[in-house]
Amino acid sequence: MAKLRINNIDIEVEDNLTILNAAKKYNINIPTLCNYPDLHINSECRICVVEIEGRKGLVTSCSTPVRDGMVIKTNSPRVLNARKTITELILANHDSNCNACAKNMNCELQNLSSVLGIDKSRFESTLEIAPIDEDNPSLMRNPNRCIKCGRCVIVCKEVQSTNVLELMGRSHALTVTPAFGKFLSSEECTFCGQCSSVCPVGAIMEKDETDKVWAAINNDNKRVIVQIAPAVRVSLGEELGMAPGSIVTGKIVSALKLIGFDDVFDTDFTADLTIIEEGNELIQRVTTGGTLPMITSCCPGWINFAEQNFPEILPNISTCKSPQQMFGALSKSYFTEKVGIKKEDLFVVSIMPCTAKKYEAQRPEMSVDGKHPDVDVVLTVRELGKMIKQMGIDFKTLEDTKFDNPFGITTGAAAIFGNTGGVMEAALRTVYEVVNKKPLENIDFKDVRGLDGFKETTVNLGGMDVKVAVVHTLANARIIAEQIKNGTSPYAFIEVMACPGGCIGGGGTPYGTNTSVRQKRIDALYEVDGAMAIRKSHENPSITKIYEEYLIKPLGEKSHHLLHTHYHARKVKHNEDKKNVMATY
Amino acid sequence: MKEMKVISKRFDKVNPLSIQDYINTNGYTFLKKAIKMERISIIEEVEASYLRGRGGAGFPTHIKMMGLAKETSMPKYIICNADEGEPGNFKDRAILEKDPYAVIEGMTIVAYATGATKGYVYIRGEYLEALKIMKHCIQEATENNLLGNNILGEKFNFTLEVRSGAGSYVCGEEFALIESIEGKPGRTRIKPPFPTQKGVFNQPTMISNVETFANIPFIIEIGGKEYHKIGTPSSTGTKLLSLSGNIKNPGVYEVPFGVTIRAVIEELGGGTLNNRKIKMIQLGGSCGPIIPEYMLDMIIDYERFEEFESKTGSGAIIVMDDRSDIFDILMNTVLFFEHESCGKCVPCREGHVQLLKIIDKFVKRTASSKDLDSLESLARVMHQTSLCGLGQSSPTSIISTIRFFRDEYLDRIDHPASN
Repeated sequence: MAKLRINNIDIEVEDNLTILNAAKKYNINIPTLCNYPDLHINSECRICVVEIEGRKGLVTSCSTPVRDGMVIKTNSPRVLNARKTITELILANHDSNCNACAKNMNCELQNLSSVLGIDKSRFESTLEIAPIDEDNPSLMRNPNRCIKCGRCVIVCKEVQSTNVLELMGRSHALTVTPAFGKFLSSEECTFCGQCSSVCPVGAIMEKDETDKVWAAINNDNKRVIVQIAPAVRVSLGEELGMAPGSIVTGKIVSALKLIGFDDVFDTDFTADLTIIEEGNELIQRVTTGGTLPMITSCCPGWINFAEQNFPEILPNISTCKSPQQMFGALSKSYFTEKVGIKKEDLFVVSIMPCTAKKYEAQRPEMSVDGKHPDVDVVLTVRELGKMIKQMGIDFKTLEDTKFDNPFGITTGAAAIFGNTGGVMEAALRTVYEVVNKKPLENIDFKDVRGLDGFKETTVNLGGMDVKVAVVHTLANARIIAEQIKNGTSPYAFIEVMACPGGCIGGGGTPYGTNTSVRQKRIDALYEVDGAMAIRKSHENPSITKIYEEYLIKPLGEKSHHLLHTHYHARKVKHNEDKKNVMATY
Repeated sequence: MKEMKVISKRFDKVNPLSIQDYINTNGYTFLKKAIKMERISIIEEVEASYLRGRGGAGFPTHIKMMGLAKETSMPKYIICNADEGEPGNFKDRAILEKDPYAVIEGMTIVAYATGATKGYVYIRGEYLEALKIMKHCIQEATENNLLGNNILGEKFNFTLEVRSGAGSYVCGEEFALIESIEGKPGRTRIKPPFPTQKGVFNQPTMISNVETFANIPFIIEIGGKEYHKIGTPSSTGTKLLSLSGNIKNPGVYEVPFGVTIRAVIEELGGGTLNNRKIKMIQLGGSCGPIIPEYMLDMIIDYERFEEFESKTGSGAIIVMDDRSDIFDILMNTVLFFEHESCGKCVPCREGHVQLLKIIDKFVKRTASSKDLDSLESLARVMHQTSLCGLGQSSPTSIISTIRFFRDEYLDRIDHPASN
């Protein structure tokens, strides 16, 4: 333990704690900017500086460990002046047109500037306008708002191992950019959107597509239907002033109805369907000597990553479309036939915790008629939050409404798809009972739950011990993919999610996602699961019905046509013409 | 006053490329002596000498050596910082080109004392001649069993490699240099951990200046106690000075610590050309303070230099006569740092551009008293909050001129548009 003094208060804290965290324990919150929970300390913004008696310079509290006997001032005139000056310097090189920024009122720089009481900058603007990168379906990068804090670079490099974003140039010309100042689309970007999730300002955001949805809703010739992903029900509340982990399923249905959607469906339905198809695919691969291990295919960030980096293991990936795309395919076949409308008159919207889903929906493979996308528009949780606010809905006080049919009856197994380990657990609940032809004694597979990067367990299927694994983050996915490539993977089935924590930590979830928030969202999903009347996908009566009425059998011809897909090895074209913001120095 | 040639004793007297010349002039005698000593006694000798780093910061060398010796994670590295890029400094170049084996011998002794097995000499990209010489000398030393495996038949391995940057000034900063050796852009890291804990490739590393290593054989020769008698109590030994500017005989001179700046300028440098009146000098190079003529009787030692809130111990003296304009010099200096900032931290990245804008107003005589306040405040914030030595020391010329030449600033404010 170290005894020290902060602002005339004597405190005692564990050694090795940073001054920032030590102060926090005593309710002294030192402002920060580049610092982000879960990411390594960057210390480049210098906002969190404090004064230590006996030292000439100021030190950054985020990176300096406490020491016995330290006397620290977090608010001396020298400190306050330094923080203010630094913030003014940042503002002088930032597009401060806050009213015309989607991050308005949700911006860490704006908040800092307000906390420090800055009402004018002493410094002249040095901003040089650079072009905006919108050359992809998922993300928008506006370098004029970038404050070079480096969070996106760290998340892209260290959490995802994708190394798409990098600091380029030096001094005042330093920029955050894909290599050689090109577009995101000209690099191996998976569009996971973790960069947009950690950006303190509005420099990297999902591409806003709410206008397209408003237009469709107001078009009388369109039947507009919407699906919501499992993770949405435990994360949207945060966007609307509720605590992390609030379960708001019924409220979302009500809000979507108020907004004007004709039918509100649940992606959980096609998550259950995925389990039937994918479970049968696994059984088929195991029993017929197919390519193993089989890897899940629900996560479009992971699919992009595998196609770009590991073409050798594409045969290992399940051919099942993701639940979003199974929903889209059934909407534009089964549903249109059932309600008797033309495909082109149906408009399908998805609400996803994900930015890569926007990319997925536009893949040419994801169209049953080869002309129109099965899912027309994908909105992130944050975009839906915006629509609810635009609509003036008091979300917190909404009554619950049930999902519409035929895609409204779901199971607990589908709900947990929204977190790491969930797809695996849902699959095991079904595969175990189908193969062993006896009910599971305990349906909770606790070994595959939680935020550990690597999880594994063994299940007995038909008298054979089968090893399965669960990984999340692309850095961990890379390790598991290398294993498969080298032929050293001991597993039969692997679940991969690109984002930390799975979809509840997706790049399209509300800002401020960190380990504790992720855990709360996860806990909420298992609460949803526990409260469901049916907790195994193969026991969902609507699923049974759709096979009877339409699909006939798992892995059958209709399934093959509608619910399965294929993958391509693709090296991104490093196209010279696509040069965007080349910093020159 | 005469020079005291200890480090420069072989300068222009031997063929720097010839290892035989070096050996004939007592070279490698002290590695042979050191290698028979207890490792800890070598560090104790350095401690007794109180040798301080010659790159500018003046950190006691034995503390670094002890820090590295205590680390158990292998391999351990020694890096010679030969990225001499500070405008006004050229003394390391003289050592590298005129007595390269002394640096190699010094590094080898330190490696033996600390248990390091691998070393780098990181040479400034523009020092093409030094690069060539150092590569040649490392090869010669290796062929003569003075580098490599089982050096001098002992159980001691130490290999040395030359690395060079692409001309970035900030790579002289220890962590930027380490990143550069690793093949990354030259941007510094956060301390702690310090290089002796986690340096190059995250392994324990001692990084010191060329002149520091060149001092090591001499300390082993005469012993720490004798060495301590040279110079002043807080600054022991001799110092190589880079003398430039308006001076009759510019060049590198070696003097014991404690002589006055005036004696160096007048007696070694021969005074100014045409005997012009000295207006001011800049100490330590572009990142050092600019002080007025009346302070020339100040002695050269680390403690005196530290009074200027700056680390100016590299030994550069730039002489400027009465024709020099402060704002010309500031403009030139700050432009240099604005170009060389790595851009990682806010005060340095965004600060230099703003300093330039304000200085420009003084150049054009459009400045107000508010601009003077902003200039001083910004310079101090950069000095106090920048991540590495570059942004911490680059505003020194501004802070010192506001202190010593305030009238010239006020003159520009009081006479708007008189130009």
